[in-house]
Amino acid sequence: MARIWAMTVKEFWALVRDPKARMALFMPPLIQLFVFSFAATLEVRNVDIGLLDMSHGSYSTEFTTQLAGSPNFREIKRLQSPAELERAIEQQEVIAAIVIEQDFDRRMAAGQKAEIGVVLDGRRSNASQIVSSYIMRIAAGIGASASSTPPETVRVTNLFNPNLEYVWFNLPSLIAMIGAVSGLALASMTVAREREVGSFDQLMVSPLQVHEILIGKMLPPLGISIINGFAYLLAAVFIFGVPFEGSLFLFFLSLVLYNLALIGVGMFVSALSHTQQQAFLGSFLATVPIVMLSGFSSPVENMPEWLQVLNHANPAQYFLPVCQGLFLKAMPAADVFDWMWPVALIAVVTLTTSAWLFRARME
Amino acid sequence: MKHELTRFNARRMAALIRKESVQIMRDPSTLLIAFVLPILLLFIFGFGISLDANTIRVGLVVQDSGPQAASLANAYRNSPYLEVVEAPAVAPIKARVVADDLRAMIVIPPDFSRAMDRGRPVPVQVATDGSQPNTANFAAAYAEGIYGSWAEQQGIAPPGAQASLNTRFWYNPELKSRFFLVPGSIAIVMTMIGTLLTALVVAREWERGTLEAMMATPIGMGEFIASKLIPYFLLGIGSMALCTVLGIIVFGVPLRGSVFALLAISSAFLLPALGLGLFISAATKNQFVAAQMALLSGFLPSFLLSGFIFEISSMPAPIQAVTYIVPARYLIPSLQTVFVTGDVWGLFLPNIGMMLLFGAIFFLLAFRATKRSLD
Repeated sequence: MARIWAMTVKEFWALVRDPKARMALFMPPLIQLFVFSFAATLEVRNVDIGLLDMSHGSYSTEFTTQLAGSPNFREIKRLQSPAELERAIEQQEVIAAIVIEQDFDRRMAAGQKAEIGVVLDGRRSNASQIVSSYIMRIAAGIGASASSTPPETVRVTNLFNPNLEYVWFNLPSLIAMIGAVSGLALASMTVAREREVGSFDQLMVSPLQVHEILIGKMLPPLGISIINGFAYLLAAVFIFGVPFEGSLFLFFLSLVLYNLALIGVGMFVSALSHTQQQAFLGSFLATVPIVMLSGFSSPVENMPEWLQVLNHANPAQYFLPVCQGLFLKAMPAADVFDWMWPVALIAVVTLTTSAWLFRARME
Repeated sequence: MKHELTRFNARRMAALIRKESVQIMRDPSTLLIAFVLPILLLFIFGFGISLDANTIRVGLVVQDSGPQAASLANAYRNSPYLEVVEAPAVAPIKARVVADDLRAMIVIPPDFSRAMDRGRPVPVQVATDGSQPNTANFAAAYAEGIYGSWAEQQGIAPPGAQASLNTRFWYNPELKSRFFLVPGSIAIVMTMIGTLLTALVVAREWERGTLEAMMATPIGMGEFIASKLIPYFLLGIGSMALCTVLGIIVFGVPLRGSVFALLAISSAFLLPALGLGLFISAATKNQFVAAQMALLSGFLPSFLLSGFIFEISSMPAPIQAVTYIVPARYLIPSLQTVFVTGDVWGLFLPNIGMMLLFGAIFFLLAFRATKRSLD
């Protein structure tokens, strides 16, 4: 026990001794948190759109005014000809261009169906689709003020996040995402650095046993990751105003399990590499699928079957719903347990495998 | 110091480049980043990430036994957009929403059919899981859309809007998100090679002191930097080519522009990427710190602040201002255009100009940082 403690203290100082390295432990995760939480939004706002109005009547003017009033659009650029429209889209001056044909007002006035042409930039197909839905909503309202409003047929409410604030989704998810990026890198570097300078062999021939070395190597990164995790929690609640409805104790437990699994993966990469460069690039290569397939960028259930099977080994896909659940849904302990036991299993498997690899390399 | 920069000898240069290339070929981790990462990224983007609409798992509670309620419930059950789980009461369904098993619940209220008969419909209740706003929006839109087409079939639909949209998506009529994900992953791979790999390699030389040893030889600083630059530049172009070929063959992304334009754009981007990598290594001289800095200033901005996935115009003004100093911001629109639109030099040239400008700035910084630490 005393040996493990001594090893932990030594490792901790090795991590925080260098002032630049100390900065690298805490600053990047915090900067990531701020940049991510503001930048990572799938909403589309402040885009410029083009307008080629050949009708110039009261209905087309009403439509134009409504477009200009929408908070989603910044500028409505008046276009004079189809050639100008083509150039504006091609050069990405506008993401969409609206074409109102000459007979638009006549048809609207006569109560006939009228069409509005919309050309969208397929290069940014995702944003274009969102823009087209904004335009559709505005188009549906033209001329509607005259008739009475239809009765409500479907009443939508949003549980846990009534106004669908994007930041309420982002912040809890980022605890899992940034944790993976920094936790994995940290764990993979601790062993690789000693290996590169040769002091790892000295450790191995010391009276310390392999599990003592590994526990000593594990605890400082675990501690740092937990400090970072709670710093995010505080930032989310007090700076970004995201509610935390669940149990702090469950959050702590899940965070520990999640980080143990990440450290296990990091140690495993580290056991396979000879140099820091290999360890770092290897852990980066592991981070990419862990983050991308976590369900943050797109839901896990949308992935093909075979990928979902592979994804069972991804600790982030279990921790992500727990984070979201503990923040917004007050997720009960039983559900948290259902999500987290595979993470515990991943931790056990990766940590014992790396211990075995280290020992095998010794002999 | 001036003569140091301009000193140049072709034989010495060739020897240095050969040394650097042998080092690259010897280290499996370099090849991992240059060739395995592109494949991995393309497959993740191609199969794992789908920003398109998909089936959503929802709960359905039918509290009314009338014929209209049964017919609407069938409409929901048979929809290809929904995977319906049913329960007689709201509580068990809501618990499954909390457990993150269902994304929304649809409740058909008790007097639905009777109210429908009276011609005064009561609304169907849809409660989405707001913890995932994007999916919540989809779920609500599906629930409303299915109701709308059901009501139309029953002949109880309100008259539709008079003005309808005729939308056309240029360059990508089928709206395949791969069309922007493949160019985006090229940007990420080139950033990784240019910035991260270079930063790591040169930081290791600083850490071990082999760089000071090199500087004590007659090698000039210009030669030294060029010898680091050329092999990694070629490596970057190589993995760009790999991504392009895979993107075209496996994922069916078109290359409508010319290969020359693609090469010009990629080369222009590799300059700031490599310059940043050299600068980071000279400023940190420590592999761990260099790697963290490269991720923070290279990888993350290329991913987040370039307009690759997230629209720059939607970001708050201070962050939009930051995007102007991210070289990938100028790369992404050019790459997307050269792949799916064609050669639009009016768009390429200003972007290439900006990338070259940032390349010059980063190289200047790298020179200064290297010189300072040697004096």
